[in-house]
Amino acid sequence: MCTSCGCSEGALPTLTDPETGETVAMGTARDHLHHDHAHAHAGHRGNAQQVHAAVHGTTVTLEADVLAKNNRLAERNRGWFEDRNILALNLVSSPGAGKTTLLERTLTDLASELRMSVVEGDQATARDAERIRATGARVVQINTGTGCHLEADMLARALRTLDPPMNSILMIENVGNLVCPALFDLGEHTKVAILSVTEGEDKPLKYPHMFHAAQVMILNKIDLLPHLRFDVAQCIENARKVNPDLHIFCLSAITGQGLTAWYDWLRKHVSGTKPDTTPP
Amino acid sequence: MHELGITRNIVAIVTEHAGDRRVKRVALEIGKLSAVMPDAVRFCFDVCSKDTPLEDAELEILETPGRGCCLECGAEIALDQPFGRCECGSARIECISGKELRIKEMEVY
Repeated sequence: MCTSCGCSEGALPTLTDPETGETVAMGTARDHLHHDHAHAHAGHRGNAQQVHAAVHGTTVTLEADVLAKNNRLAERNRGWFEDRNILALNLVSSPGAGKTTLLERTLTDLASELRMSVVEGDQATARDAERIRATGARVVQINTGTGCHLEADMLARALRTLDPPMNSILMIENVGNLVCPALFDLGEHTKVAILSVTEGEDKPLKYPHMFHAAQVMILNKIDLLPHLRFDVAQCIENARKVNPDLHIFCLSAITGQGLTAWYDWLRKHVSGTKPDTTPP
Repeated sequence: MHELGITRNIVAIVTEHAGDRRVKRVALEIGKLSAVMPDAVRFCFDVCSKDTPLEDAELEILETPGRGCCLECGAEIALDQPFGRCECGSARIECISGKELRIKEMEVY
């Protein structure tokens, strides 16, 4: 293990294609950039200017955006999606809100109608990818190791293996986490935040960055409402307080209640991502 | 704990600019609405800068307050969260500052 940052072989992100069973490491220069320069400073200071600088230091203006690299790669992904008329959705939630179950149901119900593929993100295992694959959809699994979110370069690498078809929907299931994924643009068209009624009504207030960054919120597991003290109206009010423009769906991925509105939204947006400019 | 990855980025960017010079000081600007905790960055900085030109460098963090502009009436308001409500009653607020996550400058020997 590296004592500088705690990273180790097992902690590097990996990409698994369940169809071939092949797993490849996604470690990039980004992960170990600091190692390359480990002893660059043990240098020589010969001339007077350097002696002066050695005492007082020289200030260098950088004005560098820390997330610039991720944002640049995300824009590249976004352009790639637009060229291929792919509606890319970044599904974010806390662990256990029902992202994978909602995906399984959506993929099964719309299989004959819409072309969809999936990128699964988890710290470990390809269990979710196996569940998705069982529906017949094409899927690849990213394992982030110790990472708590997907980044644009991981998605770019996954896209090379997945090769989603033109005029389709790409579902990106992010690592279950309501904090970090809000900061890392993947190049998606829409962030879809999923909240389940077994969590608190106040979650949008407690994790405002995520609900502010999302354009769609899905309130899942509403079939459980009779057994819970969960105030749907209060939850929606809290969500709108954080983001008045949120598009909200209340549904149950298990019973199917409320799914029609979600499916209509998908149908509408997959055809609306890029106007058809091809001549007749 | 995205601060660990973010601090690694900071160290990598500064290292790249520093070349073979040692870094004496790094100044960051972290907005109050950036979802990044300055204390966590400080904590990670000691670990991430070890064995790099930034080892033992002083870390300066300028925290920028959050400000928003009401999309209904145009008024500017202070924000301590990424959302808020204007005096006119509107919750449609565009954040105009406070999301910064930037390396301002470095001092090198």
